[in-house]
Amino acid sequence: MPKITVENLTKIFGRQPGRALPLVKQGKTKGEILKETGLTLGVNQASFEVHAGEIFVIMGLSGSGKSTLVRLLNRLIEPTEGKILIDGVDIVSMNAEQLQQVRRKKLGMVFQKFALFPHRTVLENAAYGLEIQNMPKSEREQRAKESLTLVGLGGWEQSYPDQLSGGMQQRVGLARALANDPDVLLMDEAFSALDPLIRKDMQDELLELQSSMQRTIIFITHDLDEALKIGDRIALMKDGAIVQIGTPEEIMTNPANEYVERFVEDVDRSKVLSAEHVMKRAETITLDRGPSVALQLMRDRGVSSLYVVDRKKTLLGVLTADAVNDAKMHGKTLEEVMRRDVPKVGPQTLLNELFDLVAFSDIPVSVIGEHDRLLGIIVKGAVLGGLAGKVNQESTLPTEEEGQVKV
Amino acid sequence: MSQLFPKLPLDEWIEVIVDGLDENLGFVFDLISAAIGGTVDLFNAILTGLPFWLVIILFVLMAYRAGRWTMALFTFIGLLLIQNLGYWEHSMETLALVLTAALISVVIGIPMGIWCAKNESVQKVVTPLLDFMQTMPAFVYLIPAIFFFGLGKVPGVIASVIFAMPPTIRLTNLGIRQVPADLIEASDAFGSTYWQKLTKVQLPIAKTTMMAGINQSIMLALSMVVIASMIGAKGLGADVYRAVTQINIGQGFEAGLAIVIMAILLDRITQGVGKRKNA
Repeated sequence: MPKITVENLTKIFGRQPGRALPLVKQGKTKGEILKETGLTLGVNQASFEVHAGEIFVIMGLSGSGKSTLVRLLNRLIEPTEGKILIDGVDIVSMNAEQLQQVRRKKLGMVFQKFALFPHRTVLENAAYGLEIQNMPKSEREQRAKESLTLVGLGGWEQSYPDQLSGGMQQRVGLARALANDPDVLLMDEAFSALDPLIRKDMQDELLELQSSMQRTIIFITHDLDEALKIGDRIALMKDGAIVQIGTPEEIMTNPANEYVERFVEDVDRSKVLSAEHVMKRAETITLDRGPSVALQLMRDRGVSSLYVVDRKKTLLGVLTADAVNDAKMHGKTLEEVMRRDVPKVGPQTLLNELFDLVAFSDIPVSVIGEHDRLLGIIVKGAVLGGLAGKVNQESTLPTEEEGQVKV
Repeated sequence: MSQLFPKLPLDEWIEVIVDGLDENLGFVFDLISAAIGGTVDLFNAILTGLPFWLVIILFVLMAYRAGRWTMALFTFIGLLLIQNLGYWEHSMETLALVLTAALISVVIGIPMGIWCAKNESVQKVVTPLLDFMQTMPAFVYLIPAIFFFGLGKVPGVIASVIFAMPPTIRLTNLGIRQVPADLIEASDAFGSTYWQKLTKVQLPIAKTTMMAGINQSIMLALSMVVIASMIGAKGLGADVYRAVTQINIGQGFEAGLAIVIMAILLDRITQGVGKRKNA
């Protein structure tokens, strides 16, 4: 028996949604229904099965209904029609109390923006699901601790969420869901709000965790790379309907229709790869260090330039080896010799827009996120590497030994 | 200009309603009167029963906890000045009235605010009612209050409650509605009951906003308690009122200054509570 069976699940938003149901069954599109009734078709007769222990990815662009679909599964949004069987029991027909029990025991959820409770410590956040089941304090804290250790956050129990980085916050979110020991994990764009490099770390860790815990995971994403990497099977959504379900291999090699094909084609390099795919980790330094420290760092890391950032990782400038030598000989501070005209691009900048900049710059181009945060750097070789198919996917995260290529 | 329609006898209708209420629900008003009077007397007994220096020390400690040592120093000097000018007892009477009015505002206002946040229709009814309560000139409340409860502190407290309660209701409602939707989702997704969601997520997160509302209620209660001296509520208001009727500038200034000191004290201490707990 499948772990979860979804049959003809439909959600229509608006007043008296029932009046659009006949139209949905006639096979009218989202646009036509909106025109005729003023109602929005969120999810259109979705049917699928999820097996125990598999990672089932639901993928689609924004507005395709994937986030609605995952919220229908635990009835955060009430379905208009259809069945959701979990272990053979229909949860759509359950009353509030039965639903609460299912949510407590069987369904864990991880949110895109973490949704941690700001007034609770990391430990109290992780223990929330157990607390509302009235588990005694010592027992629930014990289990929450184990869960936090599992996601690599041992020792952070007494911190508050706003003291943690985005990646760590989402680990808390994951630990909170895992502490309940649910059979099914619903992950709604769980890694989408994270920096590209952190996102990849988290994907790896999720896979590693999954190999030991074997839960049923329903993972929502808009990122095809992510779907291909972590999904055992992928469901592709468009306009509220599921257009294809299959293994990553099937979807790539055998796209069901033009829409899927276009989606998959886009994996193709040059116009689609962006700065975040080819960037490497930058070697950084803060301005409170002196020239000797900077030189030592360069020697240790085998690099010829260091990126100057403040505590929030805001990029201030770059130090070349020559400049630092100059500072050391003439007793200048790092701030005085720092170059401020660093070439910058955003993480979404496409490779073909990068060629010029990278070719004519004598130092690596920096990749800048929101608030001028330094995300990584792009060296000349990486652009070529990217075109040849070497992108930050699997475990190609730059390690410290690799450092930064001398330009 | 002659009127097209005869004047609506709104004033007569209101009087009929009020008369009817008084005749049929007299015992309810007696009960309310006893409860409020008792509370005021209790606060009063505590505040005036303790030696003034002990009360000052307690306030200084509270100010220190809520703010910094500058606030504690201001409290010390301010209260000592009030004592020195001879307004200590009247100040404590005023404080007893304010505390009673604020307490009632909070006890009724917070559940009302929670109800408004939960129920759209309730909010639609309550919001215009609150507008009405706040914009109607405060003196008007004194009239029915006198009618039901006679002269003295009880009608003063009731008029103060009507005037002071809206911010607590409004900001409790607002605070709960401002809790980010994804936190509500998270709370629901883990299977919380309504009560668990309220006490473990919504109220703690809304606390800062709610404290701002309670702070406003206390300040409004203070201003109304002063006005209520016109119908026989004792305290600093009575001193101001007397000074005004006798055109006694010096006394008016002294009593006014005592009110200002009390106001600043109450404001800073309650604000401090809101900030500290959120840290």
